[in-house]
Amino acid sequence: MRYAYYPGCSAESTARDMHQSTLAVAKALGIDLVEPKGWTCCGATAGHQTDRLLAVSLPAANLTKVQDMKLDMMVNCAACYNRMKVANHEIAAHPAVRQGVREALDRDYDGSVKVRHLLEVLLEDVGLPAITKAVKRPLNGLKVACYYGCLLVRPPKILKFDDPENPTSLDRLVTAMGGTSLEWPSKVECCGGGLSLPRTDVVVELTGSIIDMAASAGADCIAVSCPMCQVNLDLRQQDINKQTGKNYQIPIVYITQLLGLCLGIGSGDLGFDKLMVPASNVLEKVHERA
Amino acid sequence: MITIKNKKNGQGLKRAVEEISGVDISVCFQCKKCSSGCPVAKLTRSRPSEIMRQLHLGAGNELLESDLVWMCASCETCSARCPMGIDVAAVIDALRKLALARGSSKQKGNVPLFNRAFLKTVETFGRSYEIGMITAYKIGTGKLMNDTEKFPAMLKKGKIALLPPRGGDRKTVRRIFKTVKQNKGAKA
Repeated sequence: MRYAYYPGCSAESTARDMHQSTLAVAKALGIDLVEPKGWTCCGATAGHQTDRLLAVSLPAANLTKVQDMKLDMMVNCAACYNRMKVANHEIAAHPAVRQGVREALDRDYDGSVKVRHLLEVLLEDVGLPAITKAVKRPLNGLKVACYYGCLLVRPPKILKFDDPENPTSLDRLVTAMGGTSLEWPSKVECCGGGLSLPRTDVVVELTGSIIDMAASAGADCIAVSCPMCQVNLDLRQQDINKQTGKNYQIPIVYITQLLGLCLGIGSGDLGFDKLMVPASNVLEKVHERA
Repeated sequence: MITIKNKKNGQGLKRAVEEISGVDISVCFQCKKCSSGCPVAKLTRSRPSEIMRQLHLGAGNELLESDLVWMCASCETCSARCPMGIDVAAVIDALRKLALARGSSKQKGNVPLFNRAFLKTVETFGRSYEIGMITAYKIGTGKLMNDTEKFPAMLKKGKIALLPPRGGDRKTVRRIFKTVKQNKGAKA
């Protein structure tokens, strides 16, 4: 198993823990990841809110790099995954967009590079039986609320990732690791995404209701696979508590961090120290001492 | 209630939105599923289904002042659930583009400034650079001390990179930005 791994900008800042745990888990499972040389930003939400050609060309610059590597692209950040797949779709479906991208990149690209999310690689290529077999320290019934957010599942016609209203990819992984995945209603609700800085009030409101639902479901932690969701849910709990007088302390962990723990990797090598709400309850459950 | 103030130049807005988004506004039959699922609709004055109706009835530039235009989080729940397959989120994106092009008034939080600050770091470094983006955004809004209390903890945890990103193919990215700017110039 060999993939061109596109880390995305967050991997170098707010989501170092996601990046670190992705590399550690891949190594443990025998997944070979190669970074495309000179990879650049996918444009994120700011790109598509500003200009269509920009929103398609920025991902395409990376897709062409991966095309030259003759590999499939693997992405872990849900936002980058979304932009890559939407760009592929737009380029393949609209000749005028393809022509625009050709001018912007000085190179033709047909939208054909296959883009996979890490969860797809884990579930389809590695497979749950192999993962269960590789588990050294099970989650021991840890109650996990799996949170997918928006960008992994929407737009469903283009992404074709799981069921858009009730996805189960994360839940199936958690179960395979010996955890208890909870039924709860906020799996695909929005955390406010890129509004974190310009409209903190909106993000506090939206994350507040998600945290509230997870708490009502009895969650020990929330598992995510998107750096924006992680930061919003983790960082804003302080603000939610201040505004509502509640005292939520629900750790927001990347699925790769949970999986890494189960595979026997130390929490220090999985970036657990980088979480704002400490995940000591999670570490205790798998009998890991940080 | 939906009131239409500026019918005269309204058809221009509907046509422009349809042209940018590729959406046929007239197929919306007002089931309001988009508004029911919209996470910010409980906070905004205008809702996605109302925007669709207003466009259909010929609303003009005043629609670009709707708070939903910049409070929409681009979650795309509206588009995913529309029984007619309308890409409502693309309609909102089109309204944003028109709001920028027609110089609509600034709204709370100034999302366009945030987007510009973000994209400027991408244009410069090839990858986004948070400290550069946050500084440019804060200077632009004049609210330097807003939401800064988490900064030290994030720096300590290495969640914010001090130095600008290196290693990105800046040449290609600059070419993209240049082409996009030229393209806009040609259209205007």
